Amino acid sequence: MAPTPKIALQDVWKTFGEKTVLAGVSLSVAPGRSLVIIGGSGTGKSVTLKCILGIERADRGSIRIDGTEIEKIDRRAFLRHFGMLFQGGALFDSLPVWHNVAFRLRHGRQPMSRRDARDLAIGKLRRVGLGPETADLYPAELSGGMQKRVGLARAIATDPEVIFFDEPTSGLDPIMAGVINELIRELVTEMGATAITITHDMTTVHSVADEVAMLHGGVIRWQGPVAGMETSGDPYLQQFIHGRAEGPIETVR
Amino acid sequence: MNPLAFVPLFLASIGRSTLGLLGVVGRLAIFTAETLSHVLRPPFYPVELGHQLLRIGYFSLPVVGMTTLFTGAALALQIYAGGVRFSAETVVPSIVAIGIVRELGPVLGGLMVAGRVSSSIAAELGTMRVTEQIDALTTLSTNPFKYLIVPRVVAATLALPVLVAIGDIIGVLGGYLVGIGRLGFDPGAYIKNTLDFLEPADVTSGLVKAAVFGFLLALMGCYHGYNSGRGARGVGQATTNAVVSASILILAANYLLTEAFF
Repeated sequence: MAPTPKIALQDVWKTFGEKTVLAGVSLSVAPGRSLVIIGGSGTGKSVTLKCILGIERADRGSIRIDGTEIEKIDRRAFLRHFGMLFQGGALFDSLPVWHNVAFRLRHGRQPMSRRDARDLAIGKLRRVGLGPETADLYPAELSGGMQKRVGLARAIATDPEVIFFDEPTSGLDPIMAGVINELIRELVTEMGATAITITHDMTTVHSVADEVAMLHGGVIRWQGPVAGMETSGDPYLQQFIHGRAEGPIETVR
Repeated sequence: MNPLAFVPLFLASIGRSTLGLLGVVGRLAIFTAETLSHVLRPPFYPVELGHQLLRIGYFSLPVVGMTTLFTGAALALQIYAGGVRFSAETVVPSIVAIGIVRELGPVLGGLMVAGRVSSSIAAELGTMRVTEQIDALTTLSTNPFKYLIVPRVVAATLALPVLVAIGDIIGVLGGYLVGIGRLGFDPGAYIKNTLDFLEPADVTSGLVKAAVFGFLLALMGCYHGYNSGRGARGVGQATTNAVVSASILILAANYLLTEAFF
């Protein structure tokens, strides 16, 4: 018998005003697996993640975590074991780097001491390839690549069971993108975490994914193992992964 | 074209505007209720509250001080100019004090702090919204209302009465300096005249007004910043709306409170 999916969406709908963004999304990810959601801009990838997190409320459909509907789970308990890397980093620019990384540890119900939190943050920064000299800098003093690494360090600060990565390589040069992709793969494998990544970048897909789901027109067009993409035969997926202008996905010129 | 054809369009536009206004009032009421509900429930963030007290209270002191100093000085000249017409120039010290403490100190102080603080809060929270920092707070198990909004609203509500009390003293000092230096009042008589006619209720009514204005100006900054639209335009609009709505609410609340204390 297949294990209960860590996260499962069934027929999820979300509308903003008159625009329907999600029109019956169904997907699932098993514990310890890495799912990458691909799709064009504005197809609802970020909205899907926000619905899972409860930042946006789905109009209808079922979202389950460990088999329990999200309305019934202890959201704080779920978030305690959750990390997320945001597209732009979303670092708090009024706080130094170490405090960003250790934010959850300093603001939880039993806050960690300043010294312990700082030491732990420096350890996590080292894990993502940043030296202790970055700990006291402010986010505005860092390059884009360094901000992504700090965001990654913050996402893994509490060794989460579930991690979301929102466009982890956007705005980075190919070398830095490769470094971030490798880090994500290593960290997810090392922690045994369940990961959902959303991206346009096919290099990220091949580096990070165990499974791939393609979102288009408000529904999951295709979901399967990364190795099955090339042979899927789905015209939407083929057009997207090969970056063809011709095909069923309409392009604005 | 028949002018009567415009009537349904006119009525429809009034209906749309009314519905829009009711929507804003409803959203603002829910936002206020949610803010107040988090004020008394833990976790609390005293360090954040301290930062905001410093930022809203201490750093607004020069603005409020300069405003009330020059207002007190101008008020003394105007009251003298009016009083001298019916030989009542001796009322200058008491009217300056009552005018500053009951009305001009809290209102001008509130408006100046609204310009300085509501805009800054709206721009900061708006930028945090646009750059997903508010979403990041949620994913880090931290309620944005508790961490961002409650410290700002509480700090402004506590800081404004203190700012206005200091501003009142500086405003009376402005009148005193003009009274002594320009209008030829005796220093001892000026102070005695000020203190003899000033009642505790004058001071407390002004400080209650200040607390209400502090609450309103921070709430407007937080509401517009938290619900900011996307991009630089959205943040700019939020900042403008915060200052305009805070200023109008301060003036409206001032009238209602003055009626209440009358």
